[in-house]
Amino acid sequence: MPSLTINGVPVRVEEGTTLLEAARFLGFPIPTLCHMDGLEPYGACRLCVVEIGEGSGARLVTSCTYPAVEGLRVRTASKRVLRARRMIIELLLASSPRSRTIQDLASAYGVRQQRFRQENEDCILCGLCVRVCKEQMMAGAIGFSGRGSKRKIVTPFDETSEVCRRCGACMYVCPACQLRCTCAEPERALCGACENLQPPCTERHDDMMCYMAPCVACEIDRD
Amino acid sequence: MISGKLDSLTALESLRARLRGERPRDAAVIVIPAGTCGRASGAEEIVAAAEEVIQEDGLADRVLLRVTGCHGWCEMEPSILVEPRRTFYPRVKPGDVPRIVAAAACGTVAEELLYSDSKTDQRIERQEDIPFYQKQVRTLLGRNERVDPTRIGDYIAEGGYGAFARALHQLAPSRIIEEIKAAGLRGRGGGGFPTGRKWEMLAAQPDGQDKYVVCNGDEGDPGAYMDRSLLEGNPHAIIEGMLIGAYATGANRGVIYVRMEYPLAIRHVAMAIEQARQIGLLGDSILGSSFSFDISLVRGAGAFVCGEETALIRSIEGEVGEPRQRPPYPVQRGIRGRPTLINNVETWANVPVIIEEGAERFARIGTPGNTGTKIFSLVGKVRNTGLVEVPMGITLAEIVYDIGGASATAVKAVQTGGPSGGCIPARMFDLRVDYDSLQAAGAIMGSGGMIVMDQGTCMVDIARYFTRFLMDESCGKCFTCRKGIQRMHEILDDITNGRGKPQDLDLLEELALAVKDTTLCGLGQTAPNPVLSTLRYFRDEYLEHIVNRRCPAGVCTALVSFAISEDCTGCGRCAKVCPTGAIAGERGRRFRIDPEKCIKCGACRDACRAGAVGVVPGPERVERKGRGCPA
Repeated sequence: MPSLTINGVPVRVEEGTTLLEAARFLGFPIPTLCHMDGLEPYGACRLCVVEIGEGSGARLVTSCTYPAVEGLRVRTASKRVLRARRMIIELLLASSPRSRTIQDLASAYGVRQQRFRQENEDCILCGLCVRVCKEQMMAGAIGFSGRGSKRKIVTPFDETSEVCRRCGACMYVCPACQLRCTCAEPERALCGACENLQPPCTERHDDMMCYMAPCVACEIDRD
Repeated sequence: MISGKLDSLTALESLRARLRGERPRDAAVIVIPAGTCGRASGAEEIVAAAEEVIQEDGLADRVLLRVTGCHGWCEMEPSILVEPRRTFYPRVKPGDVPRIVAAAACGTVAEELLYSDSKTDQRIERQEDIPFYQKQVRTLLGRNERVDPTRIGDYIAEGGYGAFARALHQLAPSRIIEEIKAAGLRGRGGGGFPTGRKWEMLAAQPDGQDKYVVCNGDEGDPGAYMDRSLLEGNPHAIIEGMLIGAYATGANRGVIYVRMEYPLAIRHVAMAIEQARQIGLLGDSILGSSFSFDISLVRGAGAFVCGEETALIRSIEGEVGEPRQRPPYPVQRGIRGRPTLINNVETWANVPVIIEEGAERFARIGTPGNTGTKIFSLVGKVRNTGLVEVPMGITLAEIVYDIGGASATAVKAVQTGGPSGGCIPARMFDLRVDYDSLQAAGAIMGSGGMIVMDQGTCMVDIARYFTRFLMDESCGKCFTCRKGIQRMHEILDDITNGRGKPQDLDLLEELALAVKDTTLCGLGQTAPNPVLSTLRYFRDEYLEHIVNRRCPAGVCTALVSFAISEDCTGCGRCAKVCPTGAIAGERGRRFRIDPEKCIKCGACRDACRAGAVGVVPGPERVERKGRGCPA
């Protein structure tokens, strides 16, 4: 059971606990975009950075992936942390301004402008959809392809996936795209279940594990 | 020929004695470096010519031929080194070969083909007397000269695998680690982590299941090729280093990871592994002991980020090369969850040297805390392009001016540590080249790239170039690495295109520091270095671009204009090649360029025979496009 201090408050946690879990246990707020309880931590959005170490050895690490280690001194809201966090929010705002989640974050952290060239990307590549599909829905229908600025989330070879059962979990967890269902533009849609307005899921699966409530297809079927 | 497996130390030693005995005693040896660099400049033709001459003149018993890896001085390749006199012939043409072979056969020198020093105008015979080599300490590269990398026999005859045999039979594993620690060897891949401590951590992991040692040969820095020369030129030294490391740490599996873009290195390493396996230096019960170890070769898939150790592990496992959070460190949980030790090629190559010569002798080279030698690839605006191996703690001035032969008036800066390194201005060239001094100056040692830049290099453009490279190579997992580098590049691109704003510099600095602070792996954490170091030392150049809309070096095309000087002879060649018809004039009189039509392609400058077309770093009207919130 490692014991550590978070913002000066001593805490003892179980082996394997992350800094994020420990800080939230004590009630210290840490914003996250790519984290969700029940999914493997990934460390993509970098919002949850906290400062560890002392003096010249002090550094920022993502609390969602960093394990609680004996004797660690953690600061969740130091100047350095807040400065970094504001810059991350500014970058997010510059790329995905339409997300309500990101707008709320900007408001909470007093980020009132962004100084970069405006983009409208929606997806922030946090990978929540990839992980929920693989770890909770046991499908693994989507994944990352490409690297750097060419990175995107796709089905294998960009073709309709055979293992996808249109459960909608990917859209449910997404923190960025407010227009989650893109069935109006089937070529951009990962899912596309409503295209034929048939409930494909119920035919194939006893347990739908469906997040798309109300689902257009189900509603129609019920009528 | 070597056949059968060596089952004991005595078997290895008697093989060595036999191989040495088979060598003709007073024959001259023509040594031809034919690494990738040598082959590119025609070393294979020289080899073919030498073979032919030796055959035709019946000199086979008096002149031997040895085709080796790179010796370092790539600028002078294809070159020939004749032993035992160590006569050096630079830039050999196939037609020169008969004279060189004839001279070698009679123990004389083909005077007119020797290297001529440009400063003193004197011909120098011996390689060691040439200024390029004088300040070098060639512990590793010197070995490249002595072995044909495709023959294990060469390596054994030169004392190869002797250090491993000694370690296996005379030293306890803990004693070997003590030796490496006493030598003060630090990781040559750039991080500078003490190698001995890393080994100790692997040794402390519980035995029983697999433990891995890995050689990281994913050298991806543009313009750097130290590891390639070692993998190509002396692969058995790497295998021997790994054998010693594995024995000392209790590892049973080895992986050599070489980037796919190094086909010759892959071929030589694969051959070396096979040869070592055939004579029982890899496999079960090596040299009759209870120690078993084998190495597999993994070819990289072309991503810079795979040089980062956690990404490297994923790549070896067959996954996408993407870094993950440390801890757990690879030494706790690495390949397939097993403890894994990763060292760079050059680090492994140093291991046999330490065991052979002793820690004390190794530590005498360099400075305390930074011992041994380091290979740098010296490229850019220097006369002597190539690989230089120098003792740590040497000054930048000695490398750039004395070894590289660069002109002290022309050099502006040197970029160390590859794309994520920093630029150090010429006025700071008395800086010592070691891990800590470079770090303090805002650069890094990196794996050893060194790019020399002169007054014709624009520092903003350089920062933009490296940022572009890193933007393409970022794996994209971290938001701040992916977007942060993209935004840095965007701002730099604006500045070089004349769209910079005064507040851009503060934003750039703020962003660079955030990227440095918040990214996961070494790629992101060091990516802002080119930006931060040029901002620190060359801020005035940035301001010239932004305030006066001028590129002082005349590089950024948007901020220069082309003009025809009075030297114009009025021939009209420029007007003929101009793709936009921007040049007009009367024959016999000075031609003029219409700045409105000129697209600054430079075709006129290339076409002009009088050298009358010049680049003027001048103010120019540019269309202004703002960034930021549209509102």
